[in-house]
Amino acid sequence: MVAHAISESIRQKFPLSSLVLLFSFLAFFRPALLAQESPYIVTYDHYLEEPGSLEVEYFSTFGTQRGGNDFHAFWAEFEYGATAWWTTELYLDGQTTFQDNTVFTGFRWENRFRLLQREHLVNPVLYIEYEQINGADKILKEIEGHDVESDFADSNATLRKEHNHELELKLLLSSSFKGWNVAVNPIVTKNLLPSEPWEFAYAVGASRPLALQASSKRCNFCRENFVAGVEMYGGLGDTQSAGLRDTSHYLAPVVAWNLPSDWTVRVSSGFGLNDNSHRLLLRWGLSREFSGFGEMIGRWFGGGR
Amino acid sequence: MKALSVPFRPAGRFHIAVFAVVVFAIAAFGTYRASAQKGDPAADTIKQSNYAALADAPAKAREKKNPFAGDPQAVAAGGKLFEQHCAECHGMKAGGTRKGPSLLREEVQQATPGTLFWILSNGVVRRGMPVWSKLPEQRRWQIVTFLQSLKAQSSDSPTEKPMPH
Repeated sequence: MVAHAISESIRQKFPLSSLVLLFSFLAFFRPALLAQESPYIVTYDHYLEEPGSLEVEYFSTFGTQRGGNDFHAFWAEFEYGATAWWTTELYLDGQTTFQDNTVFTGFRWENRFRLLQREHLVNPVLYIEYEQINGADKILKEIEGHDVESDFADSNATLRKEHNHELELKLLLSSSFKGWNVAVNPIVTKNLLPSEPWEFAYAVGASRPLALQASSKRCNFCRENFVAGVEMYGGLGDTQSAGLRDTSHYLAPVVAWNLPSDWTVRVSSGFGLNDNSHRLLLRWGLSREFSGFGEMIGRWFGGGR
Repeated sequence: MKALSVPFRPAGRFHIAVFAVVVFAIAAFGTYRASAQKGDPAADTIKQSNYAALADAPAKAREKKNPFAGDPQAVAAGGKLFEQHCAECHGMKAGGTRKGPSLLREEVQQATPGTLFWILSNGVVRRGMPVWSKLPEQRRWQIVTFLQSLKAQSSDSPTEKPMPH
């Protein structure tokens, strides 16, 4: 029943013409760069997009909802490596609430800046995001402040009346050692209305490839192509009432499969850790990296050859 | 994400402005990168100075031993990794492209394994080479093993043609 609803919503959201356009876009490039993507969906490590490369990503979140209808939220990410120390990214968000409707819920523009030139034990990256979303946004990419499950129980028509302009700042602290990556992201968010408080949140993750050495042959299913880990994220209140009261938290095993054909598949099942949390946030994503995008744009503007 | 009772206001002009800034940023950097790679003297100077980063490796890092030295399996695995992660900029045969310098030059070929490992791990961020510590240490050493298996070529060896996109 749920599977049917999901497939129906995907069919509605991605008509044939959109698929033709998408695959035409993918066929236009000849990617030659295989990224080693982390499995995290919420947490960020300190690795930025390779300069000149564009990574196109699609993610889905299926969420259970007590006191309302389950939902399927989705977002597209366009992540561009402007330089080796600056990555800029545009998000487009939407969602389908079952027995309700499908809505576009807004956009986000994030920038990540590498603060140190070289690798250190802990590597800091500054994350700055502006988001313009409405209250029906359910991608739950960040759980902030006092976000709780009941915030999402209303109908889309009601939720869409809320309109948020937010600034989000994160300090991405990440360390890689003996094949492991450990990342910690303290987060602060400010709704740009002066009356709104600063909200606090966190995301932490740890991951490791299933095999540290590469084999000499190209393979799809060998262990070296898989990275597994776990992430945990949640809210920490706000400046008016900081702490764990009335906050929600999730623990999510994550897996990434980096295919030699330049595709990456990510899967995560987030389990709510308290009564304020959705019981399940099942996420998956598909991404592909296109090298040479910056050069192509440069040529369009007469900057090359 | 806290609910706000603020009436929805169309913000079309704002959307357009944000989109324009994104496009401008992408275009500006695309243009910058392409012009820096056009084969002008300035670009050549940049490429030359890429090798200078090898001298930045600390003594302790330079002395590190390659655990895969002489291992033919590691050469093959390193070749595969090089093709997947490095060939885009340095060329399929490591001869260099407009995006990245040749790795066949004696500066690279005479560098110690530890120096190459250090460069891979730290990148040359200011000059556009990303940090590759996202690859586990073993894979970085496999790439080093592959690089050191390449025949050294004279410093005036022609660079490869850039890869088509």
